[in-house]
Amino acid sequence: MMTNTSQMDEIKDTPWNGGKSPYAVEYGKMMMWFFLLSDAFTFSALLIAYGALRFSSVSWPDPDVVFQSAPGIAHGAPLVFVGIMTFILIMSSVTMVLAVEAGHRKAKAEVGKWMVWTIIGGIAFLGCQAWEWTHLHHEGAWWGRNPFVNEDGSMGSVNFTNLFFTITGFHGFHVFSGVVINIVILVNVWAGTYERRGHYDMVEKVGLYWHFVDLVWVFVFTFFYLV
Amino acid sequence: MSADQHTTAQHHDHSSMSKKKIWSVFWILLGITAIEFFIALVLIPKGAIGHGLGNFIYIALTLLKAFYIVAYFMHLKFEKLGLIYSIIVPLIFIIFFIVWMLYEGNYWMHIRM
Repeated sequence: MMTNTSQMDEIKDTPWNGGKSPYAVEYGKMMMWFFLLSDAFTFSALLIAYGALRFSSVSWPDPDVVFQSAPGIAHGAPLVFVGIMTFILIMSSVTMVLAVEAGHRKAKAEVGKWMVWTIIGGIAFLGCQAWEWTHLHHEGAWWGRNPFVNEDGSMGSVNFTNLFFTITGFHGFHVFSGVVINIVILVNVWAGTYERRGHYDMVEKVGLYWHFVDLVWVFVFTFFYLV
Repeated sequence: MSADQHTTAQHHDHSSMSKKKIWSVFWILLGITAIEFFIALVLIPKGAIGHGLGNFIYIALTLLKAFYIVAYFMHLKFEKLGLIYSIIVPLIFIIFFIVWMLYEGNYWMHIRM
């Protein structure tokens, strides 16, 4: 038995034999990556459904007409408001990565500061989305109701609003979850949990999630507002 | 503790993402978004480029933004090759799905007309 064990130990020296970690990444971080991969499939399915329905239609509502309002501007300002939303989310991704960078230097106060800015960015984005939904709802748009006509003047598909509210809603729910998780992590930063642990890996993990939310928005922005 | 040594070793790789690098990625992302706005608000309304070409450029720029977010902000570029492949290769299924569903959508339109 003893010789068997030592032989097994001898084999375990290359990365794929269990000798060392082939990914050289902490377990939770790896699992966050695989969760995000599965989430990417979910969002892809939603966006591809939108694409397929749009491809099957002769005409479709013009985003420059549907999304032409901003607070204080009733119409004639396409992309302005969604541009602000995009900027807020990119900015909060930057503050998140700055929090991660501060975590590597174990600068507790700085991690806290950047986390606070990230949370503010997330809340600002959600506020913008609430405004946009309210505005569209006042115009008569909701699940099952599409007041917008197609570019060629024909009646628009109800699936336009169905998918708009479902996809931006699902994304908004991710942002909301991200804000909640960010707050939990911030409390732990302030409480000194990670300082005692000796590393700020948890900030990195929530950072991955937060950047993913930004990543999804990049695609939602392109396929709903630009194309 | 081997786990602690492990994390310390990992943190040496992470020093590749400096504050300067973070801000340069931010400016790239902002610049790409500005180009998208310029196409949507100036070039297409003036008829300088058509909707087809515009859409192609939008998608190319979106994928470029996605690359910068995943590679630098999510730090995937600096991870082990095995992890990079594990995350990127399964995305091939999404490409298949896009192609199939767009063909299908196109087919529906033709049988409707």
